Amino acid sequence: MSSDGAVEVLRAEHVTRELTGEVPVTLVKNASLTINRGEFVSIMGPSGSGKSSLLYLLGLLDMPTSGRIWLDGEEVTTLTERQIARIRLEKLGFVFQFHFLLVEFTVLDNVMLPMTKLGRLPEKQQRERAEALLADLGMADQLRKRPDQLSGGQRQRVAIARALANDPLIILADEPTGNLDSKSSANVRDILSELVHVRNKTVLAVTHDPEFARAGDRQIHIVDGRIATDGMRPD
Amino acid sequence: MPLTLKIAVTHLNSRRRQTLMSLLGVMLGVAFFMAVSSLMRGSEQDFIKRLVDSAPHITVSDEFRDAPVQPAVKRFPDGAVAISNVKPKTEVRGIRGYKQKMAYIEHIPGVRVAPVLSGQIILTYAGKEQGVLMNGVVPELMAGVSDIEEKIVAGNMQALSSSPNGVIIGRALAKKMNLEMGDNVTVSSPVGLVRTMKIVGLFETGATAIDEGQAYVLLKRAQVLLDRPDRANMLVMQLDDPYASREVAARIEKHIGYRSRSWQEASESLLSVLLVRNIIMYSVVSAILVVASFGIYNIISTVVMEKRRDIAILKSMGFTARDVRHIFLWEGTIIGLMGSVGGLTLGYGLIWALSTLRFQVPGVSVPIEMPVYWGLDQALIACAFAALSAMGAAYFPARKAGLVHPVDILRGQA
Ligand SMILES: Nc1ncnc2c1ncn2[C@@H]1O[C@H](COP(=O)(O)OP(=O)(O)OP(=O)(O)O)[C@@H](O)[C@H]1O
Ligand SMILES: [Mg+2]
Repeated sequence: MSSDGAVEVLRAEHVTRELTGEVPVTLVKNASLTINRGEFVSIMGPSGSGKSSLLYLLGLLDMPTSGRIWLDGEEVTTLTERQIARIRLEKLGFVFQFHFLLVEFTVLDNVMLPMTKLGRLPEKQQRERAEALLADLGMADQLRKRPDQLSGGQRQRVAIARALANDPLIILADEPTGNLDSKSSANVRDILSELVHVRNKTVLAVTHDPEFARAGDRQIHIVDGRIATDGMRPD
Repeated sequence: MPLTLKIAVTHLNSRRRQTLMSLLGVMLGVAFFMAVSSLMRGSEQDFIKRLVDSAPHITVSDEFRDAPVQPAVKRFPDGAVAISNVKPKTEVRGIRGYKQKMAYIEHIPGVRVAPVLSGQIILTYAGKEQGVLMNGVVPELMAGVSDIEEKIVAGNMQALSSSPNGVIIGRALAKKMNLEMGDNVTVSSPVGLVRTMKIVGLFETGATAIDEGQAYVLLKRAQVLLDRPDRANMLVMQLDDPYASREVAARIEKHIGYRSRSWQEASESLLSVLLVRNIIMYSVVSAILVVASFGIYNIISTVVMEKRRDIAILKSMGFTARDVRHIFLWEGTIIGLMGSVGGLTLGYGLIWALSTLRFQVPGVSVPIEMPVYWGLDQALIACAFAALSAMGAAYFPARKAGLVHPVDILRGQA
């Protein structure tokens, strides 16, 4: 805990990600940042600037070629594939632009899946928790439906419920409203904002939508793979 | 139920037609394997049964496997002795002391033995002459070592005991010489003895060479006719377990010195034909299962391709490469096991259908049945092979699935 009472959940130091190949590409250059509990951080920048790449690194989906990352006080850049998978399961939740739901499973099953994988709760409680999460997001009457029977906004709410299933430390979202109409966008934005401001969750979201970014407390601008600016929302 | 299994079942369930097709492939593979194996094994058993039932399992003959060692070589075993052009000592043909040798053999459990003295004689009747091989037998003992009794179509073997001048000949020979039951026939032996003997039985084995060329008389009578008192030139045996013949023959030969041939040795060339036949058939039916496993490889590879997105989701959610691999290995296992069970049922159905088939062959009174083998061992081999090849076929796509990198998929989508 630092002097101003903030609890650090995620820290990156000099993180660089390069792709070797015929034409070497640097996706992220020397990025350093610290994220505290209860923050709503938006990552913005032009298309192709490396926003998604940075999010994948911070979400442990990709490994930096240099630099170090700490999550919840633990250095994660040195861990094995299995340990990292475990951390993703317990501490991270993802929401992507295109709903990434399993089409053969019902809404309820999709939300229960991470809990079943973790295996901490008995099945009955898993079900109750999934139902409660979905009910909170206004999906109480869609539990038995399959993802392809839902609208884009509804699917995104299922994805959020699934991201919250194991009560993660951080929710990472890549353009969660990028594919939605303005009404659904506003709805998803409000849900994420409420998670942060009412339930003290931490959200890190890549967005193109200035409206969305305004809902956050802090904006990080990426240009050409570098963090250009990082600061509190100018009011 | 493990989560990976649940996901595997869901995958298979959601593409039922493909799943059914690959199940069908495994099922047909297992069923054909079983049907073909059943026929081959059945006919082989049938063939061997005929071979084994009609012929002695072991024959001890009055020969030695190797030429006798010369006394001079025995005397100087280490010396540089070379002997050539020595005519071996003339021996009286026949097994010396056959009764003691029989006594030894009778002590081996599960072995029945009978002495035989055979030699050429000439039958004369109504001006017709025919050379035949005369077998001098002890009827009571002969019953234990051959099925000749079952082949007797008139009279019986025991008649030899009650009328010591009796002779049993093949029906074909009787027909050829116009002989009938009760007729008297003149027998001339190679040592110049001539006797009149009475036909007390006729046999029919179906083999012309035997039916026209052999005759049975009492052992005592044969010894007189061939002037070899107290000799037999063959000891024939049958065993409770015909497959032990090779070992028992070796043991007897080692103990009594005379050459002992097992039926396996006697029909070596036939048995090696059977072996070749088995190799061919197992290669062919295994090929069916290999083809079926290509079907499995195909469906699982397709599922892996189609499910790359799901794999990325599962991995981002916290599934390890191993978890993902397990999903697809389960799919192979499920198809392999279910296909095996279905194939087992279908296979036994096919075997049953084959066993009910009857063929009427012209000239043969009894319809021919398909000799089938019902043994569980062939079913287990088929299932084990199918299950293993299903899992093997699933392994490569499963490994590929485990290596899917979620970021590659996520980038492709964005
Ligand atoms: N596999 C790859 N090989 C080569 N270049 C790549 C590869 N993946 C990404 N890039 C490049 O890296 C850069 C950063 O990509 P990234 O997806 O992080 O951008 P982004 O800021 O998320 O863009 P967008 O707003 O369009 O989603 C882009 O210029 C992209 O073309
Ligand atoms: Mg992006």
